[in-house]
Amino acid sequence: MEFEQWKNFKKGDWQTEINVRDFIQRNYTPYTGDESFLSGPTEKTKKLWDEVLELYNKEHNSKGGVLDIDTKTISTITAHNAGYIDKDLEDIVGLQTDAPLKRAIMPFGGIRIVEKACEAYDKKVDDEVETIFHKYRKTHNDGVFSVYTPDIRAARSSHLITGLPDGYGRGRIIGDYRRVALYGIDALISEKQAELDVLNTDELTEEVIRSREEISDQISALKELKEMASKYGFDISVPAKNAKEAVQWLYFGYLGAIKSQDGAAMSLGRTSTFLDIYFERDLQNGVLTEEEAQEIMDHFVMKLRLVRFLRTPEYNELFSGDPVWVTESIGGMGIDGRTLVTKNSFRLLHTLENLGPAPEPNMTVLWSTRLPENFKKYTTNLSIKTSSIQYENDDLMRITLGDDYGIACCVSPMKIGKQMQFFGARANLAKTLLYAINGGRDEVSGKQITPKYAPITSEYLDYDEVMEKFNQMMDYVAKIYIKALNAIHYMHDKYCYEAIEMALHDREILRTMACGIAGLSVVADSLSAIKYAKVKVIRDETGLAVDYKVEGDFPKFGNDDNRVDQIAVDITKNFMNKLRKHQTYRNSKHTLSILTITSNVVYGKATGNTPDGRRAGEPFGPGANPLHGRDTNGALAVMNSIAKLPFDSAEDGISYTFSITPGTLGKTDNEKVDNLVNMLDGYFAQTGHHINVNVFDRSLLEDAMEHPEKYPQLTIRVSGYAVHFTKLTREQQLDVIHRTIHERI
Amino acid sequence: MENKIDKTNNLEKKDLRYYAKIHSVESFGTVDGPGIRFVLFMQGCHLECKYCHNRDTWDINSGHYKSLDEIFNKIMNYKNYIYPRGGVTISGGEPLLQHQFIYELFTKLKKENIHTCIDTSGMVSLTEDIKKLIDITDLFLLDIKHIDDKKCKELVGKSNKLELEFAKYLSNNNKPMWIRQVLVPGFTDDKEDLLKLKDFINSLKTVERVEILPYHSVGEFKWKKLGLNYPLEGVRQADNNDVKRAKEILGIE
Repeated sequence: MEFEQWKNFKKGDWQTEINVRDFIQRNYTPYTGDESFLSGPTEKTKKLWDEVLELYNKEHNSKGGVLDIDTKTISTITAHNAGYIDKDLEDIVGLQTDAPLKRAIMPFGGIRIVEKACEAYDKKVDDEVETIFHKYRKTHNDGVFSVYTPDIRAARSSHLITGLPDGYGRGRIIGDYRRVALYGIDALISEKQAELDVLNTDELTEEVIRSREEISDQISALKELKEMASKYGFDISVPAKNAKEAVQWLYFGYLGAIKSQDGAAMSLGRTSTFLDIYFERDLQNGVLTEEEAQEIMDHFVMKLRLVRFLRTPEYNELFSGDPVWVTESIGGMGIDGRTLVTKNSFRLLHTLENLGPAPEPNMTVLWSTRLPENFKKYTTNLSIKTSSIQYENDDLMRITLGDDYGIACCVSPMKIGKQMQFFGARANLAKTLLYAINGGRDEVSGKQITPKYAPITSEYLDYDEVMEKFNQMMDYVAKIYIKALNAIHYMHDKYCYEAIEMALHDREILRTMACGIAGLSVVADSLSAIKYAKVKVIRDETGLAVDYKVEGDFPKFGNDDNRVDQIAVDITKNFMNKLRKHQTYRNSKHTLSILTITSNVVYGKATGNTPDGRRAGEPFGPGANPLHGRDTNGALAVMNSIAKLPFDSAEDGISYTFSITPGTLGKTDNEKVDNLVNMLDGYFAQTGHHINVNVFDRSLLEDAMEHPEKYPQLTIRVSGYAVHFTKLTREQQLDVIHRTIHERI
Repeated sequence: MENKIDKTNNLEKKDLRYYAKIHSVESFGTVDGPGIRFVLFMQGCHLECKYCHNRDTWDINSGHYKSLDEIFNKIMNYKNYIYPRGGVTISGGEPLLQHQFIYELFTKLKKENIHTCIDTSGMVSLTEDIKKLIDITDLFLLDIKHIDDKKCKELVGKSNKLELEFAKYLSNNNKPMWIRQVLVPGFTDDKEDLLKLKDFINSLKTVERVEILPYHSVGEFKWKKLGLNYPLEGVRQADNNDVKRAKEILGIE
């Protein structure tokens, strides 16, 4: 391939094959300086951002926080006409529908959920659309429920397995949107056609047929993407010729994805250093100024902040705050030892200052102890000011994932364009433990959910007996869990295939079956109580264990105490191994996450009293966090406990949410930054995987609960993502406030 | 674990070089010395500061015995955070009541090049053992209880003579220190006293930092929990203006 748009780029393999990483490695300029080169917002940016804030305001005051819905147009890459915020002001264009914040309907995942969502906001789905999807077109949701077995249904409705993507888009697939900018669509189509040739085999097996159909769909989607761009007056059949076009092309790729899929997480990838190459070239050639470069990034980020999906109120209860997970992975180190931090890494983070804090895009810094000190200081300082950044361990992930992976959703790493996952939500391990004690009867409803196992009948719980039964119950849950996920992803591929996202992948990719667990710290503490204290069972008249009385003290997860931390480690490994015993759809690789997003509140609500003394209905700790109030040795003890959880048994990520008051972080601003840098260096050297950093006073949150209007942009990190605090339900707000906020008395 | 705790509770039976009474630990201290500090709170104090916010650390007979190895190993779990910047701070209680243990601990920590710091009132006699400990301590946080001897006795139940001598000893032996003054309205904020304190600080050669710690009543519940009256009941907390004023008088930023 040879394009005039590639002038001044260093040559390499990337010119003869689709290989973005090779392009980056040959052409990028590491940056180790500080932030002093950055520019503030231009007049144009300020004006445009004011218009967006006005739109936010209208949206906030609309019912359910939904400004408008296009109930007539079935959303596809090309379904909507071009839309603008303010055409003359926008450097980067493109909206999901024909107007900002107007939500689209995407019924391929399930028509009922779309109808329910519309009703919740006083709208009705267009009759014709209803007819199509009820009468002629089967959806993902229909498919799944036509094959679900009774045991899956029982486990699902009793909240033993929760949050499954069987009624909504699975998401967590990152298209390599950079390919659109670097190669243009026509070259990508040629590549896909070459892939079809490879699949012109002697035997058309089921697998080959499926692959050929998928690639044909991908080619159609690429053609649609060109058509979509042309509505905005751009020809993306060829590569981008400058920085502004590179951002625009890349964004068009992403826009195609969010027009055609409303997956649970629609992440962006790892784009800022790729784009830096274009910015550097333009700056070198004197055709772009720093102000202009920043303006382009500011406008790009504004677009990412406008991404919306139509969700039901129940969905929002689970994943509060209208998250999209436009996760962008920033920084990290290359395998050759050079940092992947560039000036554009700074520019992207700087949007938090130019436009103010915001949950999206989900800024994710890939931390290495060897990152440039200036970058470490800049990003931690922003964390202190905005609570909008999460950090993940590049030194840990680089070992298996190389240096061109990105984070999907919260904590799920994947090689960009070479790997995707089958999102699997999570199994409620705390409930599993209670089922083990009760022989598979639900502790809340009393119903027999699993086949009848012998319940524990003794007055006091015996550790060995509980472990034996817990193991059996985990075997059962692992089996049902994989069965459910196989059904879900078979149907998602069939009825709701992510053609444009997959078009921006290689033909041969690694698929992971991304399972998850909720309630790890509750289970670890419960087992610790049974082992080190005495736990008396309180049963109702039907013999159902409904409560527990703990006599004596016991070690609790989150205090760097091996007696209980090892229990948590063992459970993780053990459950992972049980999952591995089951065959997965498309031979995907089993992985596990310890991540609850904000659903720790909902899962806790559905789970009865537990043997650690946690009361029925109380939230679990989020992700891998200890249950709040159980950690008494300070923040680093919590980090050490969590860092012990084995990443190789939880490759889909281990989430830790950390909150601290500004005063507890240090006295002066410089000390705060230094302490946070050292803390992150230490945590990641201990092999911790992920950390959300929140810096705020409890009183601030309490005030924001009472006076939300004063805090329109107050952003906090709740799990692997950030939210506007005021968009949380009251229950979730209280959960955040009651969680451990490390402070010094 | 309850059943694993040594309940003999008898200091005499233990070799005080290798066992100490510990109140609690804070793995992420950021205000008691430079950088991230692992803070070890020792049990036991011979003063009776009316504003004490750790009233539950006074009684040397409560708290748990921990062995030197246990504490040292625990600290080493945090080396990634506290080394090379940061370190270990011993607070309390009054750490110097258990100086033999701290000496052994610091000896081991210095082999790991970990920065050592003691947060103390300095109200102990300068015995040879104490001097040995001072030698291997990198920094002292010296809490001057009151510059006026009479008021000092009223506020904390002891003369300030020993602590002022302690400060001079540190100065004469080139040992860095941070001077701390708890600012209690009506007790330690008198202008004359603060000027006297300023003179004293100026006479020392190794003061790296002077910190005003505004009095707060957050520790009040700990007194109540022990069934005790809170001696400063009704005394207001020091606010930003109090701190600003005191800093101006002391001539510090």
